[in-house]
Formats: sequence, structure tokens, C-alpha cells
Amino acid sequence: MSAAATKKAPDKSAKKAGCDADGAKQSQSSKSATAKNIVQKIWDAHVVTQIEGHPNVFAIDLMLLHEVTSAQAFQLIESRGIQVFDPTRLLATIDHSTPTRQNRWEIYDEAARTQVETLRNNCKRHNIPFLDFDSGKQGIVHVVGPELGVTQPGMTIVCGDSHTSTHGAFGALAFGVGTSEVAHVMATGCLLQKQPQSMKVEFKGRFRKGVYAKDAILKLIAEIGVGGANGHVIEYVGEAVRAMSMEERMTVCNMSIECGARAGLIAPDETTFSYLKGRAHAPTADQWDEAVAYWKSFASDENAQYDKVVVIDLDKLDPIVTWGTNPAQSVSLGERIPKLETMAANEKAVAVRALEYTKLKEQQVLEGTPVEWAFVGSCTNGRIEDLRIVANILKGRKVNPGVTMYVVPGSEAVMKRCQEEGLDEVFRAAGADFRMPGCSMCLAMNDDQVPPGKRCISSSNRNFVGRQGPDSITHLASPATVAASAIAGCIASPAEYV
Amino acid sequence: MSLIPKVTTVTSKAMPVPMKDVDTDLIIPAQFLTSISKDGYGANLFRRLRDNDPNFPMNRKEFDGASILVTDSNFGCGSSREHAVWALTGAGIKVVIAKSFSDIFYNNSAKNALLLVVLEDKVVDEILQSAKNADYEVTVDLESQTVTLPDGSSHKFEYDQFRKHCMLNGLDDIEYIRSHASEIQEFRNRQERQRYMSTCGA
Ligand code: SF4
Repeated sequence: MSAAATKKAPDKSAKKAGCDADGAKQSQSSKSATAKNIVQKIWDAHVVTQIEGHPNVFAIDLMLLHEVTSAQAFQLIESRGIQVFDPTRLLATIDHSTPTRQNRWEIYDEAARTQVETLRNNCKRHNIPFLDFDSGKQGIVHVVGPELGVTQPGMTIVCGDSHTSTHGAFGALAFGVGTSEVAHVMATGCLLQKQPQSMKVEFKGRFRKGVYAKDAILKLIAEIGVGGANGHVIEYVGEAVRAMSMEERMTVCNMSIECGARAGLIAPDETTFSYLKGRAHAPTADQWDEAVAYWKSFASDENAQYDKVVVIDLDKLDPIVTWGTNPAQSVSLGERIPKLETMAANEKAVAVRALEYTKLKEQQVLEGTPVEWAFVGSCTNGRIEDLRIVANILKGRKVNPGVTMYVVPGSEAVMKRCQEEGLDEVFRAAGADFRMPGCSMCLAMNDDQVPPGKRCISSSNRNFVGRQGPDSITHLASPATVAASAIAGCIASPAEYV
Repeated sequence: MSLIPKVTTVTSKAMPVPMKDVDTDLIIPAQFLTSISKDGYGANLFRRLRDNDPNFPMNRKEFDGASILVTDSNFGCGSSREHAVWALTGAGIKVVIAKSFSDIFYNNSAKNALLLVVLEDKVVDEILQSAKNADYEVTVDLESQTVTLPDGSSHKFEYDQFRKHCMLNGLDDIEYIRSHASEIQEFRNRQERQRYMSTCGA
């Protein structure tokens, strides 16, 4: 099945000479040489200085912090006696290593406890807003930003976390950085950056029943590979993208990093604006129209050019589940795991190792493979719409006795919403464990781990070796597929439940 | 002022990890990320590979002291954790040679004096093959941007000139960015009227 077509537009190399030559060619051949795409527009609006031969000093509008990748950054600036540049452009929460038990204040693991306390103290000392366990707003960084309305179109957003790309759903240029760069932004509000290349991904057509945004992004990753978008920022376009809710758009942008993209984003539209309206940190009524006009100005111009273009057809897409140890190793339900001999030599080596780890065979059909664990949560699929989909499937049914199912809301706001809507009762009645918000089993830094050798169907974003606990086996899928599989006790299609 | 170690020339036996798409979870698993300092990660570099494969080079005495790692393509993909770089440098790795690297990992390395070298696929394959016996000594020189192999052949690699200057002199980005303080202030003043996000603290 070849749903994707890759067109290689003129390859603008990172080298200066290459860029110039290319630019000249384009302006001759088309009148739209000045047409810009959204990536270029946000880029241009944030360049502070541009010195020949140097990377740009690039302004960052918002940085999110969590406990795992920030401590060393605070140490760095403090050791040099540097003040935080602008604490009002920072927002911190705790999510990665926090427990998801009822009593979260008590953290048994000493190292995790130290991490959380260190962030709490650092934020206090530097006047940085901190969403603690008693704030009512705590949650996974990439879930709370949008919820609070701090994530807005046209902004530049970074976090010491690769799934920062989630915020791109709002038409922001949002990307993950390492801890050194976290320190740079703390100290200066800026980063040294080189302009990324751009890639247009068009999702054509409409989803069939039981197929979701998660399946679309897994399909893209399978088509272009885990390094397919290296060096690029993806703009997602197309009829299907316009029809997506903000939550679905976040799922798509979230996993951009899994094909190597620096970021992924979607031009803002009425869906974006109505999501933002009334949120805690969104513009007030008197600023609203002006803000919307400003946000709209970032949409790509009609004839804007991209360095690469990919088209994915959704009309025939089925639910997708991964079989290997990277997110590109996936098949549609019903399809067989590919034959090894059809793969390129180095692909094949990776696949052989992956199959050995996941205890599967080439040509095997995934449907029907028994699972012992099911996880719904993470910054990919831990939002209210995801949990509603899962609750709808679980309602009046039982999780298979052989399966332990965790449902972990992405934030306290999501958790409260679940309680208001009675979803928590549905989960409990079905036999699933509805827990407190956090990253949980997405990376298993806390107690939430899939035991060695056990197989988990998961709504998270990474199936790397040991990601959900040492020697655990992960199958990535949509929340609906996770719910259907939890009921069946084996990998199952959600089609008959929705 | 030198703020991070300077990078110049490294000569060492090459340690081969002939795998594509090595992710940062594989370089340092999440379970070991709980420290609040940059130290101590070296002990758990490639922990899963070391635990599962007695022949993994780091388990072989012959590779003790190797400071050049050679691997396939897209090394360092996945999580942005800079801990992956600290694990490598903590274990004494100074240079990684590969066909390609993931973006965030590439940025993180430059900030910690870890030199990443991209060579042509066939040269990398040759090194991966030859280095298996732990007696394959390679010299990497940043100044001249060359990798010299035991057969005397020398291979040029590309390196960003600005980054090279920083690496050779042990400079870090903070001081460079701070030298543009007035432009930054001007930029923020200009931008203020398009700030629609009420301050997070409010
Ligand atoms: S939910 Fe998973 S991917 Fe998302 S921020 Fe937490 S650990 Fe990272």
C-alpha cells in the first residue's frame, strides 16, 4: 500500500552558498518568491540579530520547565551569578517522576523526591510560576500549557522535552531543547539557532470509523521513517487537518519528533481561536480581535514553498499498531509484519533485533496477540477527548481479567473533567485503574512500570527498548485500540466498539 | 574565558556500535535520569545493551579507554535528554563518528565538548567493520576537520565554523548571546505590544 508520495523540492542545503543559489532560482521562476510559509513567518518575527556566518540570536516567548531537565540549568546560571531574564515567560510543573498514587506528596524514591523539591525551590528562588500538586493545575507540561491558554499562535516555545512539538497544534513554533539550552533561555530569553528547513505534510481525505489522529501520525512516521524529517519543521495541512479538533491536532504535532522533525505545526483557524477563548491566560475581551488578527497573519501564504512535501491519504487508513522498538515499525491491523527479505540491509538488522525483543515473527498478524497491560495517558493521548473515547468503549464492558489497565489523565483539569462527566466511574466499573495525573507509564520513571517480559498496548509515543520498564514490550496505538485490546485481552481493532 | 573543555585532537581506538537509529533511551534509560547534577551518568551508558549482550564492546576489556565511538545513522534520536551526552562524556567518549545524527542530540553535544563527526556512509561502514577487533586507532582533528585511519587515509568532515570556533576555544552560547543584550532588550520592547499571553505568574 503506498499512501504517501514524497516529492523532493529543491534541496536548500544548510550551506550559505546553496541557499543563495536556490533563492535566485526561485525568484526567477515564480512571482511568489516573497510568499512565506508559517515556519518562515514565525522565524522572521523572532530573529533578534543576524550576523553573517553566525547562528541567529533567536527570541523565545515561553519556556516550560519540568523536574527532570531543569536542575542542571539552574545550577549553571547560578554558578555564574546570572539572574533569570524574564520569569514571567517561564512556567514550571512536575510530571515525569511524580507518583500517580492518591497521595502524591509522599514520594518514596529519594532521587525523584529530590528532583521535585529542587524544582520547587528553584522556582521559588527565581520567582517562576510553579504548578504544584495543590495548584489544581498540575499535569504533563504539554497538556497544561494549552489548557491554560499560554500556548498561542505565532509564539516560539521551548521545553527540555522533545514532545514540545505538541504546542505546534496552535500554530506556534515549539521544539525540544537540551538542558544547556534551557539555561540559555533562562539567562537571556534567547537561543542560538539556525533556520530549519520546512516540510509540508498533507493529510488527504477523511478518517474511517475507528481510525484516529494517532493512526494518521503513526502512518506518516512509518512512511518516512524515524529520521525522515530530520532538520525540518513540518506544517500539517489538508482537509483532514482542518476537520480535526485541537486535541487531535495536538496528538499529530506531538509525535512529529518521532520522524525526526524539529517541530510540527498547524496554521491557526477558527478551531484554534474558539479553543483559546476564555482560557486563563488567553487575551482578554478588549484585546481579542487584535490578537486574532495578529494570529491569522502567521498562516502560510498561498504559494509558499517548502523544502519537502509528503502526502498521506487517510481514506483507506486502518488502525495502526507498532510491532517493533521504534515508532516507524508499525502495520495496519489486519496487515502482516513485513517480510525481512523485503527490507534494506540496515533496516533489516534493526528489524531483526526489534522482533527478537518484542518476541514476534516476520509475517505475523498482530491482531490476537495477547497483552497483559494497557495504558491510556501521556502527552500524546491523555486529554479529555481521548479519555471520552476510551470511556465510551469501556462503558458496560469489562477489562479482560488477564489485563491490568491504567488510565492516567494528562492533567488535574482533565481529571476533574472526567469526574464531572462520570468517566472515572466508567473506568472503575470496567476494572481499570484511574490514577492521578502525570507521565506515568509513558516513560516509567516512577513506580508505574510494565514488568519485565510483559506486553503492553499503549496510547503513548515511544516503544523504545525498555521504555515502559526494563524488558517491557510496548505496542503503540490509538486510545480506542488500547481500550478495545484491554477488553479483548489481545491486540484488537476498535471498529466493532465505535 | 574557557567555560567548557576545549576540543582539539583525539587519538584513540574506535569502539563500534553498528546500529541505526540509536535513541537516547538506549544511550541512557529514563530510570537513571533522577540525579540533579551532570555527573555519574557514565556508569549507565548503554545500560540495556550492556546488560543484554556480553559481547557489547563496552563489556569487552579490549575497548577500555576508548574515547571514539563509531555508529550508523540517526544516532541520538528520540528524547531530548542532555543526560545522553553526559553519559557519553562521563564514560570518556570525546568523539562520535556516524552517518548522521538527530538534531537535538547534535545541538546538545556541541554544548558539552562532545565532537560529532559525519563521514560518508562507506567510510563509516569501513570503520565499523575494521574496528571490531579493538586495535583500530583513529585520529580526529577538529582544527583541520579530518579523520585519519590506520591505513593512513585521511577523510575531511564538514563542521560549522562558528561552532568550531566555540569548541576550539571552550566558549559557550550564554556569553555570546549576552553580548547582544541591548539588541535583545530592543527586540523585547518592540515585541511587547504583540504579547497576548498574560504573564504566567498573574
Ligand atoms: S508523557 Fe511521556 S512523552 Fe510526554 S512529556 Fe511525559 S514522558 Fe515525555
